[in-house]
Amino acid sequence: MIPSLAILPPLLAVTMLWYAAPLIVVVSLVCAATRHEFMQPILSHAARFAVWIVVFMGLFMGMISLLDWWA
Amino acid sequence: MATAVLPSEYNTLDEGEPLEIELKQPWLAALLAWLVPGLGHLYQGRTGKGLLFFVCIMGAFWYGMYLGGGHVVYASTPEQDLRWQYYCQLGAGGVALPALVQRSRVMDDKPPFGQPAVEPGKLTDDERPWYAPPRNDQVQTTDDSDNISRQPNELSRWIVDHNPHFEIGTVYTMIAGLLNLLVVCDAYAGPLVIRSKDHPEGDSSQDNS
Repeated sequence: MIPSLAILPPLLAVTMLWYAAPLIVVVSLVCAATRHEFMQPILSHAARFAVWIVVFMGLFMGMISLLDWWA
Repeated sequence: MATAVLPSEYNTLDEGEPLEIELKQPWLAALLAWLVPGLGHLYQGRTGKGLLFFVCIMGAFWYGMYLGGGHVVYASTPEQDLRWQYYCQLGAGGVALPALVQRSRVMDDKPPFGQPAVEPGKLTDDERPWYAPPRNDQVQTTDDSDNISRQPNELSRWIVDHNPHFEIGTVYTMIAGLLNLLVVCDAYAGPLVIRSKDHPEGDSSQDNS
């Protein structure tokens, strides 16, 4: 199995990660609302920003996992 | 009247037309936004954003307080006059200010507000009031398996008792405070517009006349 996929089940089991979800929602909504004035563009921007944060976190976690695997 | 102008691509409601936002008394709005997240926007008549900011930032702050048993916001420790985390939490405004009052009482050798008289070393978690700095005395704690241990000070006991939520709650309250600084800027100067390369002239402008 690919190393990055092998760590996925343990990661999902780590409930600590779920504490990031409300923070991602709040951060993306507030940041988006400081760049727009109406709800429609705010929500659209927030959704894109939230996806960007999740992808960034995933990439970072993947990078750390790879380093751990190589070490 | 101070105004901020948003280029058309920032607002889908008025395609092709820049949006002019009236920023009533920016300094007062910024102060209100700091005191209570969203209040500055409500004062300026920007109700939707005001409510959004209030719910998001107060929600994050109080959820953090809940996770940390109400002890994650305090201004000082026995080693630090002002802990660096509190500088971030202070951004949330009025909800973080009681920690300064509790700190000043403790530094004046007075019991913090809400502190009942108890025998030293026999404190329970409920007996320490919110926002009060931790004491430097050794304290006793009992875990879920009824194992009793002594902790070197009250902060250690809070961390053990609420492990791992104490740190998570601290992060929640810090992020709430930092986010409110963005809200204060938005109340003062309007939404942040980043000039795109495709629309070099489609920038925002502010008129404080």
